[in-house]
Amino acid sequence: MTTHPERTTTFDADEQGWFGGPAGFGGRFMPEALVAALDELTVAWQEAMADPTFVAEFEAILRDYAGIPSPLYFAERLSDKVGARILLKREDLNHTGAHKIRNVLGQALLTKRMGKSRVIAETGAGQHGVASATAAAYFGLDCTVYMGSVDTRRQALNVARMNLLGAKVVAVDSGSATLKDAINEALRDWVASVDHTAYLFGTAAGPHPFPTMVREFCRGIGDEARAQSIEQYGGLPDVIAACVGGGSNAIGLFTAFLDDPDVAIYGFEAGGDGYETGRHAATIRAGERGVLHGARTFVLQDEDGQTIESHSISAGLDYPGVGPQHSYLADIGRATYEPVTDAEAMDAMALLARTEGIIPAIESAHALAGALRIAPEHQGQTILVNLSGRGDKDMGTALEYFKLGEPDETEGQA
Amino acid sequence: MSTSTAFDEARAEDRAALVGYLPAGFPDVAGSIEALRTMVDAGCDVIEVGLPYSDPVMDGPIIQRAVQQALDTGFRVDDVFRVVEAVAATGTPTLVMTSWNPIERRGVDRFAQQVQDAGGAGLITPDITPDFAEEWIAAADARDLDKVFLVSPSSTDERIAMTTSHCRGFVYATGIMGVTGTKQATAEGVAPLIARTKATTDLPVGVGVGVSTRAQAADLSAHADAVIVGSAFVRTLLDHSDDTGAGLRALARLTEDLAAGVRRA
Repeated sequence: MTTHPERTTTFDADEQGWFGGPAGFGGRFMPEALVAALDELTVAWQEAMADPTFVAEFEAILRDYAGIPSPLYFAERLSDKVGARILLKREDLNHTGAHKIRNVLGQALLTKRMGKSRVIAETGAGQHGVASATAAAYFGLDCTVYMGSVDTRRQALNVARMNLLGAKVVAVDSGSATLKDAINEALRDWVASVDHTAYLFGTAAGPHPFPTMVREFCRGIGDEARAQSIEQYGGLPDVIAACVGGGSNAIGLFTAFLDDPDVAIYGFEAGGDGYETGRHAATIRAGERGVLHGARTFVLQDEDGQTIESHSISAGLDYPGVGPQHSYLADIGRATYEPVTDAEAMDAMALLARTEGIIPAIESAHALAGALRIAPEHQGQTILVNLSGRGDKDMGTALEYFKLGEPDETEGQA
Repeated sequence: MSTSTAFDEARAEDRAALVGYLPAGFPDVAGSIEALRTMVDAGCDVIEVGLPYSDPVMDGPIIQRAVQQALDTGFRVDDVFRVVEAVAATGTPTLVMTSWNPIERRGVDRFAQQVQDAGGAGLITPDITPDFAEEWIAAADARDLDKVFLVSPSSTDERIAMTTSHCRGFVYATGIMGVTGTKQATAEGVAPLIARTKATTDLPVGVGVGVSTRAQAADLSAHADAVIVGSAFVRTLLDHSDDTGAGLRALARLTEDLAAGVRRA
């Protein structure tokens, strides 16, 4: 149901972590100080995935603790509006409110197995930080979360959640004081603490084995959705869609369908203020090949190779890099990646709330907005959208954006 | 101009070499040239010119501050070659220390050519290992540039052998598990790594990361062929940011102090 190490695709990385060979994407561009730890992690993870006890334990925790598998829901009223059948993979219903719990429970279970006592994590908006703090509490591990100081101010509620769960939150002031800098600071911690500390990387990016390992912990999304689509709705979807920041929910969905050539695959990146404004996080569309955080991938960078800051209303997509497998899938044309603007995403958020009574995370609203954009080309077909998270965390943004919370004017009060 | 000449001279004097680091463009391009020339005059045998990069992994808070200042005041990659040229003109072997992405972005071959054209000795590459540096290794070999990769206390013997087999000039042994300017390396702590490294190569072995004082330089020079200092120089300039003259004088004093250390004086 969730983990199928034996089920490979024709789009996997080689042993060095290259997608498409050394001229392609991925690899492991890391200080020598971390190579031994990455090698140890690779071996431990592969052994764990080949161990039925580990796999069974992981599945049991996902089921009993995190509420997984999540349902695949036919959004009938929304479908009527757009003329295509929209199926929603309800990852928003998982414990902690997003697909990310899959990854952290997998990595934390592996950390226990490896005998390490402490975990570190980076976080942007705080979702991966909250998930990591949750998994650390569940497994009795010390937890330190690095978060850009710009984000600790924007997301005070998530800082409070992490604190309540017993994690230490370190505000990062270096660089642009956002997600990419939190990753740098977590890597610096890891260089000094690697003997007893595991780095719970939050997305399917970074050095090998993280892009593949995080994908495998998240691939239940697609494995479940594929089986649910066949069982409940009579066949495979025609199109699948997910939002892409680092890309863990997207690759978690895509993997099960990569070798289904009739299924069209769409990733929707954060278009911010609009691709043409330069204020966006559309890494695949606008980035150039480069190396960031340990992998060769598309990177938003200037002509000197300095990282350019990304912009998105959605903190979870606000990252100037992207998982290397997405760069590969884009490069060979197996998946199509398009930007979705802040405004399109917010419209989709409101539409889903009003037609289906579901408030999606703004990240997930990008996937929905993209699906709605391509729906006219797929009339009568089935579009499966990964609703990767719920929107509770985004109410502050929504309040400001939609000017909510002001009482409606009463009629007749002349 | 390979760094090997500097190591030969130090060896002839039965001492370790002193390698000093500052980022290019800090406090500005002209200021970094003046500071590095001051370090040369006061006794550095080899100079590392840092290339400021937006996302350095191995740098601690002190170097990050300097690098950020360089970037904020408009540092461009071409500036690093100006600094190398000005420092190498003193006759002191001068390397570029850089994260990987700026090299890849420019084009590995073109970057290597620019290092050579500036009179640079080669590159120190702290965030890439030889098994992912094939293109740089080829570009360096074609020009006889120094290729300095790092070995770490966590490296296996196999990886140390692999790494040193790809080095030219010297091997950079990290004195601690950690980033620059955070913890103090000890001779006792780093001796096993130096011994394991020397078992695989005849190249000189330098110790850096966690080295800042004369006493450390003296202790480490009993084991290592070079002592590499970065954050301590940067901190000296940061501490005197309002008085350039005083900063350069303090930089010279620190260099002389460390130079005495490597002579175990």
